[in-house]
Amino acid sequence: MNDYTKYLASRVTAGGLSRREFLGRAMAAGLTLAVADKLFTESARAAEPKRGGHLKLGLEGGAATDSKDPAKFLSQFMFCVGRCWGDMLVESDPLTGAAVPALAESWEPSKDAATWTFKIRKGVKFHNGKELTIDDVVATLKRHTDKASESGALGVLGSIKEIKADGGNLVLTLSEGNADMPLLLTDYHLVIQPNGGNDDPLASIGTGPYKLTNFEAGVRATFEKNKDDWRTDRGYVDSIEIIGMNDATARIAALSSGQVHYINRVDPKTVNLLKRAPNVEILSTAGRGHYVFIMHCDKAPFDNNDLRLALKYAMDRETMVEKILGGYGKVGNDFPINSTYALFPEGIEQRVYDPDKAAFHYKKSGHSGSVLLRTSEVAFPGGVDAAVLYQESCKKAGIEIEVKREPGDGYWTNVWNVQPFSTSYWGGRPTQDQMYSTAYLSTADWNDTRFKRPDFDKLLLQARSELDESKRKELYRAMAMMVRDEGGVILPMFNDFVNASTKQVKGYVHDIGNDMSNGYVATRVWLEA
Amino acid sequence: MSSPTSGNILPGLRFRQRFPLLALILERFVLSIILLFAVSILIFGGLEALPGDFATTYLGQSATPQAVANIRKDLGLDRPVTTRYIEWLGNAVQGDFGTSWASKNSVSEQIGKRLGNSLFLAGFAALISVPLAVGLGMVSVHFRGRLPDKIINIISLAAISLPEFFIGYLLIMFFAVKFGVATFPATVYESMGFADRLKAIALPTATLVLVVLAHMMRMTRAAILSVMSSAYMETAELKGLSAFRSIVKHAAPNALAPIINVVALNLAYLVVGVVVVEVVFVYPGMGQYMVDAVTVRDMPVVQACGLIFAAVYIFLNMLADILAIIANPRLRHPR
Repeated sequence: MNDYTKYLASRVTAGGLSRREFLGRAMAAGLTLAVADKLFTESARAAEPKRGGHLKLGLEGGAATDSKDPAKFLSQFMFCVGRCWGDMLVESDPLTGAAVPALAESWEPSKDAATWTFKIRKGVKFHNGKELTIDDVVATLKRHTDKASESGALGVLGSIKEIKADGGNLVLTLSEGNADMPLLLTDYHLVIQPNGGNDDPLASIGTGPYKLTNFEAGVRATFEKNKDDWRTDRGYVDSIEIIGMNDATARIAALSSGQVHYINRVDPKTVNLLKRAPNVEILSTAGRGHYVFIMHCDKAPFDNNDLRLALKYAMDRETMVEKILGGYGKVGNDFPINSTYALFPEGIEQRVYDPDKAAFHYKKSGHSGSVLLRTSEVAFPGGVDAAVLYQESCKKAGIEIEVKREPGDGYWTNVWNVQPFSTSYWGGRPTQDQMYSTAYLSTADWNDTRFKRPDFDKLLLQARSELDESKRKELYRAMAMMVRDEGGVILPMFNDFVNASTKQVKGYVHDIGNDMSNGYVATRVWLEA
Repeated sequence: MSSPTSGNILPGLRFRQRFPLLALILERFVLSIILLFAVSILIFGGLEALPGDFATTYLGQSATPQAVANIRKDLGLDRPVTTRYIEWLGNAVQGDFGTSWASKNSVSEQIGKRLGNSLFLAGFAALISVPLAVGLGMVSVHFRGRLPDKIINIISLAAISLPEFFIGYLLIMFFAVKFGVATFPATVYESMGFADRLKAIALPTATLVLVVLAHMMRMTRAAILSVMSSAYMETAELKGLSAFRSIVKHAAPNALAPIINVVALNLAYLVVGVVVVEVVFVYPGMGQYMVDAVTVRDMPVVQACGLIFAAVYIFLNMLADILAIIANPRLRHPR
């Protein structure tokens, strides 16, 4: 059984797939009817989702400064809270990352992908009993795209020119074609609220499976089941309690003593200790976040591609994954995309540690003397250790690296995106287009490698409005090769999301979209007595 | 004899001579206010000098120049520092600390809850630790050099040498994880009953007691011992008083001043210095509140917390000074 059929089986188990749907998809994935049928019956029986119980989560990332306004969601804590009570127009498939319907039933692009029509679901009720209308949807999107808005989704929705209702449909007009528009609407800030949340952004009234009953910023949020939920394949527990726990040891203690059912952000350094606890399960999900060493392509000595190549070949990726991530991650290939993205360009050769090639390019670059690398513990967990490891692997190629440890306070203002060679971290983005547009487009604010290539920009814009998937894949491949061989980023690893639960927790979906089952953990799991 | 100016000074002098205690207390009070004012400048200036500002820190990597500009304008960060300081101080004096930049909640209201939680925890720890420390101090003086004194000393020295987070972790490991008898995390919330609250704070209270106990106990011991070596203690012994009676009746009152001082210092620590303990035990008090605010540069909150912490410290120190003066009449007439 491959990953996909395993996933399908788990969806059956979670009650998310009907027999007909399951058989169709499983056979498309290469199973025979008899095998698929047997699998369905087994998985449907094996772990029938149990309803009821009180689920307790202990999450890192809550703060007293958290706001209940979805536009201002920022922390991991609020990400998870918002997913409990609110719905977006579109969700992403946990396994493939493709856009799947939520409050929008279906959608249709124009030929140039610049106009999108979304059909809004009927018969959905908000927690206050009011029915969801197209006006609520329009008002929500207008609030988040207002230029004076402080919404975290403002940047994502920048290309929307006009938002209007057409009968029961939502029509979005973009300033340029964008084939990924539905995926952009999965952003966790874009919770559909009554009248767009304009009346009271803090009311926390949505269409989600749970109603918020109590909230103290950074301390605790409690929920009760929404009896009128429009979906039946989620919301298995009766009530949820999310407790803010910013101390890693406190989270581990709470989980191993059984006081909470689930914790996030398990430190790779202690994960092996936690594994020994008898009632604990480690939940590790491949993610899009990646740790990077960034060189400014326009500043000496990094304006020399041979030096950049030398520094890339001198990176021992396997050791990094093993030592810094404790094995919970995948090696990177010097471009910011991995197989969790839809349309990932497969078959690009993996760059490996090669001191000889590094020495060759280093010599060719004509550079001499040491190279200054700035780092800090805040760049990513283990940032300083990673810099020192890199220093060692460079030494074997005859390249001398000087590691400078910078204070964590102010690192993002004074070092990252300012100094020519530093360590940093990128969270993933829902689409390849967004990842490249945020950090590799010539005009991007966060182009932290100063990668300025008109030919690359042209490919990016071309891919954005291309609706033919195979053509798009080709374009993304060309872009990946460009960044990999000529860009300023050394990308040794993609980090997994490492969480943990007690063995009572069942039905956990390893969602490639984002951490904590893309924030949906509380609405997707159930408790075994 | 009388110069034109002496008439102005005399009433002050007379007041001072007639009510030396009251004058001293008033003086301390005025000094405290001035000190608090100076602290407010330091807090405001220090935060102003920090690298990074709220708009960029709060938005992080999702910040666009547009959103950053919107926030700055919205908060009036484009105005001069002095204007903002005067405005802030004016409101703070009236008990209004403004609204949090990040959550848009009233800071005073939030602090009301958080300070209540911190005082609850600190008060409970004080209720246990102060009598225990003073009592143990007297016991160890009574048995000085003998086994009980040594045991008390070794244990308290061990407790004081361990950082509080480590004591906290040890308590969690044994009482929450291994034996499962204590509640963890110590999260308290509004709708929680009093009994549940007490149960929740058992471990953090125990941690705090262990942390401050040694300091107060050893100070009590030292202060009483130093009094014990004085001549009147010898007299007490010679006139046949029991050892314990002479400690409680004659030595302890004379050792009060330093004991009050160390108790006040530790009380202040219990309120102000419990940041680490609050984080370890996931207790929603002032410490945790301030840490959260500093992380995102939520200035109104940081300033309010800073000012309140300073006020608690200054007030308790003032109280200690005044009590010490009352306890020891000699201090009323400084030479």
